[in-house]
Amino acid sequence: MSPTPRVNPPKDGPTPSARASDARSLTRDEVLRYARHLVLPEVGEQGQQLLKAARVLLVGAGGLGSPVALYLAAAGVGTLGIVDDDTVEANNLQRQILHGTSDIGRSKLASAAARIGEVNPHVVVEPHPVRLTSANALKIVGPYDLVVDGTDNFPTRYLVNDACVLLNKPYVYGAVLRWEGQVALFAVPGGPCYRCLFREPPPTGLVASCAEGGVLGVLPGIVGSIQAVEAIKWILGAGDLLSGRLLIMDALELSFREVVVSRDQSCPVCGDNPTQTGLIDYDVFCGVDAHVGSPSGNDAFELDVRDLAREITGDLPPLLLDVRDLWEWDAGNLADRGALHIPLAELMDRTDELPEGTAIVTYCRTGDRSADAAERLRSAGFAVRNLLGGLEAWAREVDSSVSVA
Amino acid sequence: MQVRSLFFAAYRDAMGTGTLDVDLPEGATVGDLVSSIRSRGAPFNRLPKAPAVAINHEVMRGDARLTEGDEIAFLPPVAGG
Repeated sequence: MSPTPRVNPPKDGPTPSARASDARSLTRDEVLRYARHLVLPEVGEQGQQLLKAARVLLVGAGGLGSPVALYLAAAGVGTLGIVDDDTVEANNLQRQILHGTSDIGRSKLASAAARIGEVNPHVVVEPHPVRLTSANALKIVGPYDLVVDGTDNFPTRYLVNDACVLLNKPYVYGAVLRWEGQVALFAVPGGPCYRCLFREPPPTGLVASCAEGGVLGVLPGIVGSIQAVEAIKWILGAGDLLSGRLLIMDALELSFREVVVSRDQSCPVCGDNPTQTGLIDYDVFCGVDAHVGSPSGNDAFELDVRDLAREITGDLPPLLLDVRDLWEWDAGNLADRGALHIPLAELMDRTDELPEGTAIVTYCRTGDRSADAAERLRSAGFAVRNLLGGLEAWAREVDSSVSVA
Repeated sequence: MQVRSLFFAAYRDAMGTGTLDVDLPEGATVGDLVSSIRSRGAPFNRLPKAPAVAINHEVMRGDARLTEGDEIAFLPPVAGG
């Protein structure tokens, strides 16, 4: 392992220790509450005051955001800003332990604030009921000491990283999918940023989202807890930070791998001669459509739900091919529109079931897996287009009677 | 020379294997390894042209040179949260 760069305080704004001196000392309630911290030499009364004076921004109150919010609140971080514009859904509860069954349909911010208030009423929650964008990111991130990333998509991750680099804020990165998690501390002086590691976003369709690929519910609990550890260590100035290192966890084999990541001098954002000095359009950067269902300009390979609705009532309707798993098909499908079902995993072994010479339209839940399926079938010689936005877009814009698992 | 490629998570799923031993000419770079893997055709051509890699547990750029016995881990980006 390479030596970990020591962290210096941010260049602008008061340092945590400078603020702690004017922060109110701990109340009797707080002394009792934080007793197990106060006996830790690395925390003590002064460290607990640093935590109380700290302002942490959490982007996303979901799988990762849940343990981060709960543990930082319990630990006595004085101010927690939370950015989220979602509402709680039933399928969140398998991993998002910040929210409960009675919160379904409620905004995640309201649910989070209520839960955090119960965990620790001394914590001030600052809600930001918006989606973080290039237009608002610098303003939102600016007043905080550090940012913890609990987002669920690449564009926002690059946005958070770049905003943190530009504002000199540490960026506590965490990400999960299926059984694998990654954690690192980026954008601290001397250390790398997210772009030093992942210079370019992956091609669309290669990396699944949790909605498409699934995620073990406990996994964000572990990864988010490690993020909370790093946030607390940075506030305290204690220990060896996870800067210059990427921790990769595999829960199936229960292994933790660590790779050394150095700051890339040629990094376009944090390098010696940065070529990007402001925020950009991250949807374009990541090759993501601005909104699901809009044509992305590749008409030969894709169509949207309104085009499909027209075509299937026309003279030469395409064959619909559902590539989701069986349980998803069983929960609701387009069989009444003539759809065939072949799960993606079996697709290339069952191409003989596809009629030759017929135009095929692949679909899945959101359009990611079916894009993969379309590409594979195309390379096997079939005429295939992918349904943008998948069955969700179909149910939203064409036929709300279809249930989508 | 021979080097060992390791695929994690999404890459392992896409390539259908966790490890791949590759023969390369002396002096080959990470970029040469990526080209060699991609030229095997499907499914290996799904590896991006400039993926994040760690040589013997240290993240390196595409122009880094490889030596016999190196272990090159391909690190898939992960976005879920």
